Amino acid sequence: MALLEVTGLEVSYGPIKAIRGVDFSVNQGEIVALIGANGAGKTTIMHALCNLIGKQAGKVMFDGQDITAIPAHKLVPMGMAQVPEGRRIFQELTVSENLTLGAYTRKDKAEINATLEEVYQRFPILKERQKQIAGTLSGGEQQMLAMSRALMSHPKLLLLDEPSMGLSPLYVSNIFEMIQEVNKSGTTVLLVEQNAKQALAIANRAYVLEIGVISKTGTGKELLNDDSIRRAYLGG
Amino acid sequence: MSTLIDGLSLGVIYALIALGYTMVYGIAKMLNFAHGDIIMVGAYSVFATLALCGLAFPAILVAVIVCVLLGISVERVAYRPLRGASPLAVLITAIGVSYLLQSIAQLIFGAKPRTVELFSFTPIRIGNSTISGASLLTLGVCIVIMAALTLFVNRTKTGHAMLAVSEDRGAAQLMGINVNRIIMLTFAIGSALAAFASVFYLLYIPSVNPTLGSMPGIKAFTAAVIGGIGSIPGAMIGGVLLGLIETICLRVPALAPFTTSIEFGLLIVILLFKPTGLLGKRRREKV
Ligand SMILES: Nc1ncnc2c1ncn2[C@@H]1O[C@H](COP(=O)(O)OP(=O)(O)OP(=O)(O)O)[C@@H](O)[C@H]1O
Ligand SMILES: [Mg+2]
Repeated sequence: MALLEVTGLEVSYGPIKAIRGVDFSVNQGEIVALIGANGAGKTTIMHALCNLIGKQAGKVMFDGQDITAIPAHKLVPMGMAQVPEGRRIFQELTVSENLTLGAYTRKDKAEINATLEEVYQRFPILKERQKQIAGTLSGGEQQMLAMSRALMSHPKLLLLDEPSMGLSPLYVSNIFEMIQEVNKSGTTVLLVEQNAKQALAIANRAYVLEIGVISKTGTGKELLNDDSIRRAYLGG
Repeated sequence: MSTLIDGLSLGVIYALIALGYTMVYGIAKMLNFAHGDIIMVGAYSVFATLALCGLAFPAILVAVIVCVLLGISVERVAYRPLRGASPLAVLITAIGVSYLLQSIAQLIFGAKPRTVELFSFTPIRIGNSTISGASLLTLGVCIVIMAALTLFVNRTKTGHAMLAVSEDRGAAQLMGINVNRIIMLTFAIGSALAAFASVFYLLYIPSVNPTLGSMPGIKAFTAAVIGGIGSIPGAMIGGVLLGLIETICLRVPALAPFTTSIEFGLLIVILLFKPTGLLGKRRREKV
């Protein structure tokens, strides 16, 4: 059984149907990429999964439970964490305060500290900057912080919405490496990306979203070698 | 010297009320126009408890409990259903709540002012100036309350959650923060502060009437805007500034008749130079 199973998802903004019946799934241990052009509806799907916005129709199963109508804040303790588009770290709080808020729903102090140490080990720069106001971090550091903050909840499934947005090419490769590391250490990943080439390269499977519907699906490799995908998303 | 102490003590009363406006604005993103009337309800709670048992401390306790319950209920019943509605609809609802509370008070206690004798103070003599004991008590207690609030917001997990909701509600939800609970807590804290403000206001003007909350409410709102609405230290600074100016103006015969105009004039001048208030931040546009 899939860790995340989405069926018949429809989302509207007023009269505009942004998502028009989308089915997809993410299996335990996978990296699944969701790629698509600007405005295809990727962020809308991510928000709808976490119930930050309402759904018109559809069903979402997570870890064997129907989470279609479970409010966003209750999904975190169930094991679903999201790094939203644009990172949205708490600019006015310090790095370490941001990280502790990531563990907001966890109770055990010792375990939280252990996770914090893991995060600091993976991202030593965050340890160096723990007292710094998060808004003053560089874009790349903010992305690390956003990802680490989500990991602080110890999620089974990590939803990443365009983690490479606005980063320099070198940094982008860094971020993709980190995603692979996180995945290797046992976290399942659903990755939304514009950066289709690199996303497909690390993804087990991928879905292509085109104005609210899924137009294609396959393994990362298959889609990388698909002619129409190459033309549309990989620059020839 | 006594003007300074009296001014500061009026200032910290305004600051307590301004904190209610600013925290609700910062966290729930709404102007709680009925906040001033919570003070009025607090004052009547003191009045009623005193009439029943004659003891000051139970009266204060009752005022705090009544105000907190009222604040939470108003949020739950009147404001929560409007979350996501247009700011104008919320503002009109808040004005409605304000009139409702005033009418209820008038129904129960009548329109004519009643006198409240809470504590009696002997003035304290220092050198050749006398200082009002009430002012000194107000100043001391309010400083402690504000220090505690500052520590709570900046040092505790729940306080950080409040800051997080204030900055980005959606991202806060993604941390597992129950936004409704945080907003409820904010109303509870704001109302408790208003209850304390009502007690100190009664030391300052020992009389209650159904529209008692309007003037301190508007003054405190002005203080919150001067300090930068949404900013907790801003509300404190704005409140103290306004209290000082009001007290000084009232004691200079040439200025006294213009006190209120001077206070609102200050608001306009500050907003001209700093549209977001003294400590206000420009809101970052969402990308
Ligand atoms: N709050 C909103 N109100 C109205 N329409 C919206 C809203 N948010 C998104 N949309 C519309 O829904 C569609 C999908 O937007 P969405 O943000 O999901 O796209 P996306 O695939 O994430 O794009 P990008 O790659 O640029 O982030 C777009 O046409 C957009 O204009
Ligand atoms: Mg998007």
